Amino acid sequence: MFIINCPYCGDRDQTEFSCHGEAHIPRPTETKKMTDEEWGDYVFFRTNPKGYHRERWLHDHGCRRWFNALRHTVTDEFVASYKVEDPRPPIPDNGGQS
Amino acid sequence: MKAYSLFSLARNAMSYHRNWQRAWRSPEPKKAYDVVIIGGGGHGLATAYYLATQCGITNVAVLEKGWLGGGNTGRNTTIVRSNYLLDASAGMYEHAMKLWEGLSQELNYNVMFSQRGLLHLAHSVHDMQEIGRRGNAIYLNGIDSEFLTPAQVKEMLPIINLDCRYPVMGGLLQRRGGTARHDAVAWGYARGADAAGVDIIQNCEVTGVRVENNKVIGVDTSRGFIGAGKVGSVAAGHSSVIAEMAGFKLPLECYPLQALVSEPIKPIIDCVVMSNGIHVYVSQSDKGELVVGSGSDAYNSYSQRGSFDLIEHTVGPLCELFPLFSRLRMLRQWAGIVDVTIDRSPILSKTPVKNLFFNCGWGTGGFKATPGSGHAFAHSIAAGEMNSIAAPFSLDRFNSGALIDEGAAAAVAH
Repeated sequence: MFIINCPYCGDRDQTEFSCHGEAHIPRPTETKKMTDEEWGDYVFFRTNPKGYHRERWLHDHGCRRWFNALRHTVTDEFVASYKVEDPRPPIPDNGGQS
Repeated sequence: MKAYSLFSLARNAMSYHRNWQRAWRSPEPKKAYDVVIIGGGGHGLATAYYLATQCGITNVAVLEKGWLGGGNTGRNTTIVRSNYLLDASAGMYEHAMKLWEGLSQELNYNVMFSQRGLLHLAHSVHDMQEIGRRGNAIYLNGIDSEFLTPAQVKEMLPIINLDCRYPVMGGLLQRRGGTARHDAVAWGYARGADAAGVDIIQNCEVTGVRVENNKVIGVDTSRGFIGAGKVGSVAAGHSSVIAEMAGFKLPLECYPLQALVSEPIKPIIDCVVMSNGIHVYVSQSDKGELVVGSGSDAYNSYSQRGSFDLIEHTVGPLCELFPLFSRLRMLRQWAGIVDVTIDRSPILSKTPVKNLFFNCGWGTGGFKATPGSGHAFAHSIAAGEMNSIAAPFSLDRFNSGALIDEGAAAAVAH
């Protein structure tokens, strides 16, 4: 079980949250000029890294607000959670190992 | 390779089973191969087997970073079925089912394929409409499919509690569905591939994919560089990692999918029971253990362990359906890393890199397709083009929009 730090509510149980995949994928602005390849990349293709992952979480059963987290996908360790408008926390400099 | 038979069993019994031939060799890797398969699970080994036995390409290596079948092949719940909604899926999974039906004989290896029947339960009007639509679609594709009333479900499964919190309103039965012994599938294909000349190299992790002029020339491994004319990646949960080495992304995200087994008991369930609605599936292994699973955890992970609350989500509905199981103890629990696409259908495809092919994205339900996936992928690698069974599962569909939206892929909602 994770304990997840909600930037608004503090430490809460994992069951209050849901994960919604990779963060920092900006919605395209020039949509009318986009090719099928660019649309496909935006909608479906993901980095899916084995290691640190910046991802979107929703505190469903709490404040119901969205935030981002930096988590390691092998150890499941949460390095940081941060508000959507906050600067991205750096990836720990330990050779990719958590 | 010495064939297994009643006589070989008797002969080896005389020497207390100490002189069985090894099922496959453990060769040193050669400098180069015509085809290198990344991943020694069921799908990778099946691909190598069909390349060597049907496509005339025997200069093949299978590179496995751990031991054979130690990933998702050894972690799934061993269920085999072909009751899918869409034509492309029916083509792939029924192709696999037909190969399953003769597999033990073909491989001279008992994969313990048991067509004990597979029953999907419906618990609501929506469920009834879903099985109605899917059951008829399956039937129209020439695949067996029967509707059961609650009374017929009770007759098949006397221990079921039809009046659970979401009462059972009906069922969809595929009598040709069932289970197979997952390890035996990997071992049988490995033995067959090895006998046909394939080098199976374990403890050999791929650390890089070498590309020159947009064409793959080989792979770097923990045992040095291995050249390759063609490379087939069948790395399941680690497919995105291999793709990153080759310089592109895949439309995949990885999640842990858990399963658990109970202590062994006497035979009590003689078919596979699945429920999308209340989210659990169960069958009984030949050892007597109940094999139980449900949905995947919904966060990206390569950790091969899931979260505890999902175990509760799994055993809760199990005990609703079968109240007598509430007194069973669970013996083991584990997770595999499933590579999931947005449409819950796999990817068998050429890639942006020439001569590099991917077979991945089987998500939560790849085991059942093992023979069909390997067969279609082998023929496609040999031809350099995806064959008619594999073609709909190309990577292009994520750009063209021709998704194969298979909500039934995992048999349970996600």
